[in-house]
Amino acid sequence: MEAGFFDTYIWPGIVIFAQSLLMLVALLITVAYIIYADRKIWAAVHLRRGPNVVGPWGLLQSFADMLKFVFKEPIIPAASSKVVFLLAPLISVTMAFAAWAVIPVNENWVVADINVGILYVFAFSSLEVYGVIMGGWASNSKYPFLAALRSAAQMVSYEVSIGFVIVTVLLCVGSLNLTDIVLAQQVGIGTNLGMPNSFLDWHWLPLFPMFIIFFISTLAETNRPPFDLVEAESELVAGHMVEYSSTPYMLYMLAEYVSILLLSSLMVILFLGGWLPPVDIAVLNWVPGIIWFVGKVFMVFFMISMVKVFVPRYRYDQLMRLGWKVFLPISLFMVFATALVLLLTGTA
Amino acid sequence: MTLLTAMFFYLFSGVAIGAALMVISSRNPVHSVLFLILAFFNAAGLFMIAGAEFLALILIVVYVGAVAVLFLFVVMMLDVDFVELRQGFLQYLPVGSVVGLVLIGELLIVLGASIISPETAGTALQPIPDPAIRSNTAALGDVLYTHYIFYFQLAGLVLLVAMIGAIVLTLHHRPKVQRQNISDQVARTKETSIEVKQVESGRGI
Repeated sequence: MEAGFFDTYIWPGIVIFAQSLLMLVALLITVAYIIYADRKIWAAVHLRRGPNVVGPWGLLQSFADMLKFVFKEPIIPAASSKVVFLLAPLISVTMAFAAWAVIPVNENWVVADINVGILYVFAFSSLEVYGVIMGGWASNSKYPFLAALRSAAQMVSYEVSIGFVIVTVLLCVGSLNLTDIVLAQQVGIGTNLGMPNSFLDWHWLPLFPMFIIFFISTLAETNRPPFDLVEAESELVAGHMVEYSSTPYMLYMLAEYVSILLLSSLMVILFLGGWLPPVDIAVLNWVPGIIWFVGKVFMVFFMISMVKVFVPRYRYDQLMRLGWKVFLPISLFMVFATALVLLLTGTA
Repeated sequence: MTLLTAMFFYLFSGVAIGAALMVISSRNPVHSVLFLILAFFNAAGLFMIAGAEFLALILIVVYVGAVAVLFLFVVMMLDVDFVELRQGFLQYLPVGSVVGLVLIGELLIVLGASIISPETAGTALQPIPDPAIRSNTAALGDVLYTHYIFYFQLAGLVLLVAMIGAIVLTLHHRPKVQRQNISDQVARTKETSIEVKQVESGRGI
């Protein structure tokens, strides 16, 4: 009886806890270095040096920043709704981390391999908007409130097109499980033309317009430039984070970068073949899948980072027009077209 | 039901009931909506325990992720006078309690059916087909898009009409409002927007 209880509840609990902890630590370290990478890339385009003082080549800059945030005094505005004010960054960061539970970083390397993985990620990334709205409202101040309204409208709008992009991929795969989605990309256009398994099989090629739409929607969904209207300094100071200081502010920034990583890895899973090597030859197959996965995520993040440097900020009405009048019709049409092609070729 | 599922069931249902009570008792309407979202979230957890994972996540995506956001939006922007709201409370109490009693009665009939007719006992808890054989995403797809496709499309049509109605009611084309035409702006070239003049010195244009 005792052994049975241990085997059924305690041991799986310990395993899941250890896996989640490993994922969390890996994510935090990755976030520290993608923030560093973001700043270095930005600096390189500006012909500046970027962070280069703390540690060799500035590699410890993010950790120094973290220590500084933690040791500062958190200031809570007297007129704010205090519980909601402190809850908002926590919700942001929890939602951002929770979605990672179903992301497979290699074959069978996933904390929870659930049937509806993609819906789970979509659900949790749609909940991140609450951190922004609650923070903006609870601050009881004009600029955060305006920013919260703006960003809520923005994130809800672009979720629609992200949803349709996901639907097209699901039509091709026929499963909501993220591991199945990656494995379905082992065969595709390339193998149908008689070539060995390669990057030509992945979904980015047959679904190319959706790949672009997903990338741009990712930028809008995570409030990255050129769609960072939430934090448009010239209009709204720092958006919903104006009244935040020290650790709560750090939690917001952490949540932002974790969700950027999340959507980058979702893009890798949906379109870039997850952990599959680009060409099916022995040398590349020896490299562990996680290296390919992380490499691809970094490649997508590099693109996101470069967009921040190159593209000037959109005006708000242009952003809304792009979301509702350009992306929505294109993605709706593509859902229809993909379904039609699958039906006619008999692969549905 | 194993021990762990039972624990989670009581956790989710307890929080859901607590949050639902807070929705009606909290003084601040924004807090009410936030508690409503918490209740939705826990209801999704209950769906998950019942094995309806697709419904659970759709509940979060649609209700929590979209509908409640718009709800929160409206409530945040309304300037609600709490004193005025409380004055109407006693006046609406009889109507409200009748509606509540009717709902409780209906729920008792549905959930307590097994007491009246014992042969139906347990049917409510067993999803058909069994999730172990067929994932409930596929089972729902069968029902919605194969067996009841026309009803489904009819529901879609009703929603479309409602949407068109809302747009027609709110759309006003006021004259004298300057609007931008994106295609005009994109179609501008150097020739259509710049005119180069040779100005004689001392005379102006």
